[in-house]
Amino acid sequence: MSQAPMDSSGVSRGSLKTYLTGFVLSLILTAIPFALVMSGTLPCSAALAAIFSAGIVQILVHLHYFLHLDTSSAARWNLLAMMFTLLILALFVGGTLWIMYNLNYRMM
Amino acid sequence: MMTTDASTIGTAHNQEVELPDTVGIQTLGFWIYLMSDLIIFSTLFATFAVLGRNYAGGPTGKELFELPYLLVETLFLLFSSVTYGLAMLAVHDGKKKWVLIGLAVTFLLGLGFVSMEINEFHRMIAAGHGPDRSAFLSSFFTLVGTHGTHVTFGLIWMAVVIGQVAVKGLTSPVQSRLMRLSMFWHFLDIIWIGIFSIVYLMGVA
Amino acid sequence: MFGKLSLAAIPYDQPITISAVGGAVLLGLVILGLITYYRKWTYLYKEWLTSLDHKKIGIMYIILALVMLLRGFSDAILMRSQQAMAAGGSPGFLTPGHFDQIFSAHGSIMIIFMAMPFLAGLINIVVPQQIGARDVAFPFMNSLSLWLTTAAALLVMVSLGVGEFSQAGWSGYAPLTELQYSPGTGVDYWIWAFQIAGIASTMTGINFLVTIMKMRAPGMKPMRMPLFIWTTFCTMVLVVWAFPVLTAALAMVTLDRYLGMHFFTNTLGGNMMMYANLFWTWGHPEVYIVILPAFGIFSEVVATFSGKRLFGYVSMVYATAAITILSFSVWVHHFFTMGASPNVNLFFGIATMLIAIPTGVKIFNWLFTMYRGRIRFTPPMYWTLGFIVTFAIGGAAGVLMAVPPADYVLHNSLFLIAHFHNVLIPGTLFGFFAGYYYWFPKATGFRLQENWGKRAFWCWAIGFYLAFIPLYVLGFMGMPRRMAHYATPAWHPYLLVAALGTAVIALGIVFLGIQLLVSIKERQALSDLTGDPWDGRTLEWMTSSPPAVYNFPKIPVVDEIDAFMDMKEKGVAYRRPDQYNDIEMPKNAPHGFIIGASAFVFGFAMIWYIWWLAILAALGMLFTVIARSFDDDTHYLIPAAEVERIENERYRQLAAVAKRHLADEQTIPEPVPEM
Repeated sequence: MSQAPMDSSGVSRGSLKTYLTGFVLSLILTAIPFALVMSGTLPCSAALAAIFSAGIVQILVHLHYFLHLDTSSAARWNLLAMMFTLLILALFVGGTLWIMYNLNYRMM
Repeated sequence: MMTTDASTIGTAHNQEVELPDTVGIQTLGFWIYLMSDLIIFSTLFATFAVLGRNYAGGPTGKELFELPYLLVETLFLLFSSVTYGLAMLAVHDGKKKWVLIGLAVTFLLGLGFVSMEINEFHRMIAAGHGPDRSAFLSSFFTLVGTHGTHVTFGLIWMAVVIGQVAVKGLTSPVQSRLMRLSMFWHFLDIIWIGIFSIVYLMGVA
Repeated sequence: MFGKLSLAAIPYDQPITISAVGGAVLLGLVILGLITYYRKWTYLYKEWLTSLDHKKIGIMYIILALVMLLRGFSDAILMRSQQAMAAGGSPGFLTPGHFDQIFSAHGSIMIIFMAMPFLAGLINIVVPQQIGARDVAFPFMNSLSLWLTTAAALLVMVSLGVGEFSQAGWSGYAPLTELQYSPGTGVDYWIWAFQIAGIASTMTGINFLVTIMKMRAPGMKPMRMPLFIWTTFCTMVLVVWAFPVLTAALAMVTLDRYLGMHFFTNTLGGNMMMYANLFWTWGHPEVYIVILPAFGIFSEVVATFSGKRLFGYVSMVYATAAITILSFSVWVHHFFTMGASPNVNLFFGIATMLIAIPTGVKIFNWLFTMYRGRIRFTPPMYWTLGFIVTFAIGGAAGVLMAVPPADYVLHNSLFLIAHFHNVLIPGTLFGFFAGYYYWFPKATGFRLQENWGKRAFWCWAIGFYLAFIPLYVLGFMGMPRRMAHYATPAWHPYLLVAALGTAVIALGIVFLGIQLLVSIKERQALSDLTGDPWDGRTLEWMTSSPPAVYNFPKIPVVDEIDAFMDMKEKGVAYRRPDQYNDIEMPKNAPHGFIIGASAFVFGFAMIWYIWWLAILAALGMLFTVIARSFDDDTHYLIPAAEVERIENERYRQLAAVAKRHLADEQTIPEPVPEM
């Protein structure tokens, strides 16, 4: 894929190609987990892993192809803010799950 | 641009009028708002993770969720993201008519999504499986409902912007607003990926 | 039609409450009457209520904070009096329910409606000037934040006379806050006040993050920013990433109460411990939100009044960043005793102790800044020295409680109360008082009277020790917090000393009031004619006092840390530009005030179950926002000629001061910068 076109303020923007690529990838990444669950072919834990992975990848597809998140200078603050948010989420959500699981085990 | 010679210290560099990077400022500010919104959703996801198995003798997700219905909802939202993207391409090409068409189609698809969701909620509540039945249902309705509320506000915003494009044309403030709504709309589709994966599919699997 | 609201909501049968309400209503009527008599409504509307000027918004925030300080402090007086009296079986003069409302209001007000507006006010006045900008990134949203905060504060004030306030503490634990155990309106007042104020704060966070990231003067690279800008930046990071958790947690309590959901109920699958977890996930960053700006103020004050650059700038920046990141990872220390395993408690206990390290780095840097400096003992310096000594004790107490086994003994005892007041008062409050004195001339054009400031400090410092050191002892003796009355006679003498301390602090507040009145009366003699009353080091001292609406006629170019001192030393601080340009500034707008007023109505309607009014108010807010978005004419131009006229007047004044300075060397009371 060639470098994404920029508009006058240097913000990355899409082209027909990026939107269609993102669209097709998203369709596939949606179809896979739905098909797996609806057909029940995989055992439970494998299905969960597949759903989770497909979800993560589709989110990345959306971030790159629709939200034009990349390492260009215009998107750098956005990328930084996103990475920081993911760090805080890991702390908050991970921490909450650990704490609540622990508390539930001991107190409920 | 920066010299340290005494004659330039403290004086502004050559400029006619200082032009602030208004669009850059607006989009960065909106992105940071989206990050704060991501924290809200994550808190709701975490709450769902903690309370999501507390059925209190009531129905489970497996018993309630209809995956084909969910697939249609998901496709509505995914298609709407693409049509919005096409509308943005038309904005950059200055093609007002195609912008309006793209936005209108996006709006209808979004409306379809919200209608399906309201219908789903209504059926569940009428059957006695409302958010007051159990902690699982409280966290389900709140997480999914918060997303749906955001989509609804997005639709209101979209209607306003359609009006502004029709009346004022693709002025700079209108374009900037379209840019921010675009970020909002794609962000909501990303949250939906999390919801259909974690709440629905993982609930049924 | 009026939901649950009826005349029975007014507490006629509670003499203390109804006299407070009567007094407040009377005062309100007097103020409204005075405004009408002097025909100032148009002035008020045009110059203040609809202003988008960050300097005015900042002043209004500080006025709100000072008013709420008085309200929160009256709660403190009531509590200390009650506990001084209610020994050994005596019930005191407050019923337990009333006492519970008072400590709930006290905490809620001091954190959300005193500390937050105070820091928002100081940040508003100073930050754009300190980075060499003309305004914040989103002036309209700035006005919105102010009026939403005010609306929320008004809800708390109204709860005194219409209904009741929450009895569940400022932290609002479940299941006490659930409808089953708190069926009245109290918890709902608390919920809506916090929710509306929280949204306002989040908007302020976004605003100042973008302002600092995007609007710094050319040459002001990150490692040349004043420390106050760094601490503001980190504070805003804490705000944006922590407040959403509160928004979600409060929303869940709201849904439990209004729609019968089961997030935190004790039936049908609710998990009460989850509330505590979520509340403190926000609550811990919140206390760092209120302390970091104070640390920034101390850095500015210490450097200026020691006549030296801040020692260890780089380590200060890293220490601030470390405190910020760490404060997201310690929240369990607020509920060590809720039952988590030793491993969980250990992780969070160690993380908590780690925060003491960067804080210690900061204290050493402040001390090293003072070492071999030419110190001027102004009131801000007094507040700073008082802080350094007193805060250290509170910090040490915190490190003790960070050890989970120790916390099992001390949790929710008066030791905890002593600890957090020991860091909040010398830390946050002294810092804000220092900032208030330091930046008052910049905002108003005249200084505060110095001696009353010093007297106020001594009362606060001595009063603080009297009021809170006994609480450490009481904590060790086993006295729990939030007790309306008690049977242990051994506690009584300490509570008497604490009540005395409160009286001394009250005198300190009176002295601050006198200081303000005297300063207004003597404002000609105290006027700041140069804009630089302290021989300051940072860019805000370059503007006039008060500044022109645009702050800087030409955006300065920055070369060094302490940019203004650098310019003064090189003799270019007051250089006249060759030409002036037109300047575009935001127009005033009433929408922020209208949305704030609607938010108040919305909150009140939700509290009293007046659904039609709530819907109307919500729609009003929505339509006002939409109306604003249709407005393309949001700025106005100040022509270059007008800018030149304003600046020429300023240079005339600077020249007059310089002439007087040369002729009158011995008698100049304030340091005047070299021309």
